[in-house]
Amino acid sequence: MMRNGTAWKRSKAWPLALFVAMSPAGAVAQEPVQPPQELQSAVAAESTVESFTLDNGLQVVVIPDRRAPVVTHMLWYKIGSADEAPGKSGIAHFFEHLMFKGTSNNPAGAFSAAVAAIGGSENAFTSYDYTAYFQQVSPDALETMMRFEADRMRNLVLTEAVIGPERDVVLEERRSRIETDPGALLNEEMSATLYQNHPYGIPVIGWMHEMETLNRADAIDFYNRYYAPNNAVLIVAGDVDTATVRALAEKTYGAVPRGPDLPPRVRPTEPEQNTSRTVSLSDPRVSLPSYQKSWVVPSYTTAEDGEAEALDLLGEILGGGARSRLYQALVVQQGVAASVGSYYQGTALDDSSFTVYGTPRGGASLEQVEAAVDAEIERLATAGVNEQELERAKNRFVRSMIFARDNQSGMARMYGAALATGGTIEDVERWPDRIRAVTAADVQEAAKRYLDNKRAVSSYLLPAGEEKS
Amino acid sequence: MKTNRFIATTPRLMQVKVLLATVLLAFAFVAIHPMLARADMRIQKVESPAGITAWLVEDYSVPIVSMRFAFRGGSVQDPGGKEGLSYLMSGLFDEGAGDLDREAFQDRLDDSGAEISFSADTDEILGSFRAIDEDLEEGFALLAKAVQSPRFDPEPLERVRSQILTGIEAGSRDPQEQSNRKWAAALYGDHPYASPTEGTAESVKTLTREDLVAQHEAVFARDNLVVSVVGAIDAETLGRYLDQVFAPLPAKADLREVPKVMPELGQELSVAYDLPQTSIRMAYPGVDRKDPGFFAAYLMNEVLGGGTFSSRLFEEVREKRGLTYGIGSSLSTRRYSSGLGIATSTRSDRVSETLAIIKDEVQRMAEEGPTEEELEAAKRYTIGAYAINNLDSSTSIASTLTQLQLEDLGIDYIDRREALIEAVTIDQVREQAQRLLTTTPTVMLVGPEQGGGSDQPAASETPAKPETETGG
Repeated sequence: MMRNGTAWKRSKAWPLALFVAMSPAGAVAQEPVQPPQELQSAVAAESTVESFTLDNGLQVVVIPDRRAPVVTHMLWYKIGSADEAPGKSGIAHFFEHLMFKGTSNNPAGAFSAAVAAIGGSENAFTSYDYTAYFQQVSPDALETMMRFEADRMRNLVLTEAVIGPERDVVLEERRSRIETDPGALLNEEMSATLYQNHPYGIPVIGWMHEMETLNRADAIDFYNRYYAPNNAVLIVAGDVDTATVRALAEKTYGAVPRGPDLPPRVRPTEPEQNTSRTVSLSDPRVSLPSYQKSWVVPSYTTAEDGEAEALDLLGEILGGGARSRLYQALVVQQGVAASVGSYYQGTALDDSSFTVYGTPRGGASLEQVEAAVDAEIERLATAGVNEQELERAKNRFVRSMIFARDNQSGMARMYGAALATGGTIEDVERWPDRIRAVTAADVQEAAKRYLDNKRAVSSYLLPAGEEKS
Repeated sequence: MKTNRFIATTPRLMQVKVLLATVLLAFAFVAIHPMLARADMRIQKVESPAGITAWLVEDYSVPIVSMRFAFRGGSVQDPGGKEGLSYLMSGLFDEGAGDLDREAFQDRLDDSGAEISFSADTDEILGSFRAIDEDLEEGFALLAKAVQSPRFDPEPLERVRSQILTGIEAGSRDPQEQSNRKWAAALYGDHPYASPTEGTAESVKTLTREDLVAQHEAVFARDNLVVSVVGAIDAETLGRYLDQVFAPLPAKADLREVPKVMPELGQELSVAYDLPQTSIRMAYPGVDRKDPGFFAAYLMNEVLGGGTFSSRLFEEVREKRGLTYGIGSSLSTRRYSSGLGIATSTRSDRVSETLAIIKDEVQRMAEEGPTEEELEAAKRYTIGAYAINNLDSSTSIASTLTQLQLEDLGIDYIDRREALIEAVTIDQVREQAQRLLTTTPTVMLVGPEQGGGSDQPAASETPAKPETETGG
């Protein structure tokens, strides 16, 4: 019911692919999450987010929101698809599904039944850098949720009988999400080309041929290695206070022993990139061409001070919506594009990406759209941004932070994603200040430094029979 | 489903909604909004000096005011041959209004800190407004212009039209998109529900500024308006803004009569396409929102394939056999039609197996109904889920209150809802199961041609519906 009739002219991309375990309607009914920039963004200064760490290493973050008798309980593991061993792509996501099977204390389905019995909602998702499990329930059920979640942190029972059907489920999930969708297939190839060495080039859901071979031993090994309190962050948002959360967490999660210390999350890094690359896919289901161009850029975690904030503002000013330069130039003034935009995927443990995209309309060609986008980038890199557009973009970001406080599960995600990718609570809370501090010169410099066609990857989705010349 | 990768690069949840909308096309997921009760949530009925009414929940914990409003109308009010008119109109309210052209309007809106958006559904045009409390004055002033005097200037009109046409063309070879259209046409015949909300390539080309002006005048009236507001504002202040935004509208809407329609059941449809998966959808009769049997049917559907991870279809098709990623059933209660839909997707070589299981489950439900335990669990879930799904943010509360007003359920509905659910007996649920699930459904398969007979679905029974991603 909340579909936005004009969404197609304001499209924004989700930062990193996320995949969820389950799919019933309960989860689908959730409120939309924030657009990308808000992931790193924060509540205004008056928020009273508190944090403490249990003896076993579990970090706990409490985000009070006393407006409704609802709490969001989210457990984030600092493990994602980019941490997978070579040849085991998809294990992080497959394992996320397996977490819904039974434990030595609770038979399969008992946790879900307990959630359903109080009208709660639950789900989980996996990304490159993290895996998270959540329930939304009334506050009096918080302890029960913690008990179940702490239980499956260590006591999962994985028999061959549950492995086979669930592997079929994730294979069907891959078919549903990727194999049936030429755009999704091309996006996979785009990432595989953009990242020449880093595992962000491997799809979160996994490559089909490797997914097919994932087995019980892989799952158990993965579980034993990564699922431990000292590799997790618990976020509790909603109608609850810190003292209560502390007492309940000690009673439940506190009983789970600390796991072995994990080595630092050091992944293969990108070599210097000095080529432009092109990926294209022609498919009979496509009637209109579209393109996307991406660059590897620093993330909030890897950037120098202020650089990620400048990239965020660059994404907003260049192509962040109907007021952006790309939209104004290509859609409104020149009339050559149906949609166009740009975005920065800032929330990531390692270097991430910046992307522009466009679709022609009317008699315009894809080449015209691409050339016009290039021209806008060039203009921005050469002449910079003006103070008014910078100020407006900053205001939009800062305002989004205030609006974000209206949604407790959105808040939980914002903090969880930041903490699971190397950020701190303070990073989240200071984000508006750091955005305010970005200068026009910083934004121009980010464009000049990173949006260089000589090392971009372009991808083209084309109708059957058309090829990219 | 996703016809264009770049259009699909919307936030993940938006994709979900798009997906849902397509999966349930015939059954636009009209929400049987379970209600949710905030302990201290008090809904006030506010009447402005000029007589505009709104439901208000005052809440000062966050400095935000959220408003949702709706004009009954929507694409069912598009004149014949002018399909897509409401959809086009909904894209033009922030493209210039009153004395402000597009540039001026959007600059002022951006500087005001307020957000305004409109969308068209089959049954209504929805508006959404959100602002930080200190920015209300300018925000409402702009909303008033957008609601009362959209300009429909030539440049925005042609641009948005062209964007819509591009979207229609982008889906023209996409099997899912095409199957959605086929599905709606097969179920609804010559009823407006058969037409896509965004119109057709032919109809969109014929729309004129005069059409837009006439439609705006006919639909944007005080007697078919509902308004809900949540946030940091008191009744008196809200009353002033209500008058500023809505009082100048005409008193009465001029709406076409739209008949009720029963979906045409018992059809076998297929779209042959070489895909790695076959999607299956089925339509059964539904139940009207005002029908005394509504909650009995709702609870029956919950047990069969509703919103939890414990439904029968989820358990049998996904958990036990790994045949699919998503499966579910849902009730749709649109103003002029109701239905029960099942959808899923599976490997093409396992279609007949999947259909057989779904068919068995439907038959078992029709013959036996749920067990006492299942009914009890469904009641607990349905009662508890209301607050969590419908009241967890100002915007979701405002949406929920708007839906309640559109469905004419009464300001005390949230208080009454639990008792309505508790009162449902197992016999009533069995009766609904029999009533809804013994009819031969319409079934549609989209995927590779099913080889020689054995894989062909038994013409009648089968259910399944996938809801895929969420999270994000």
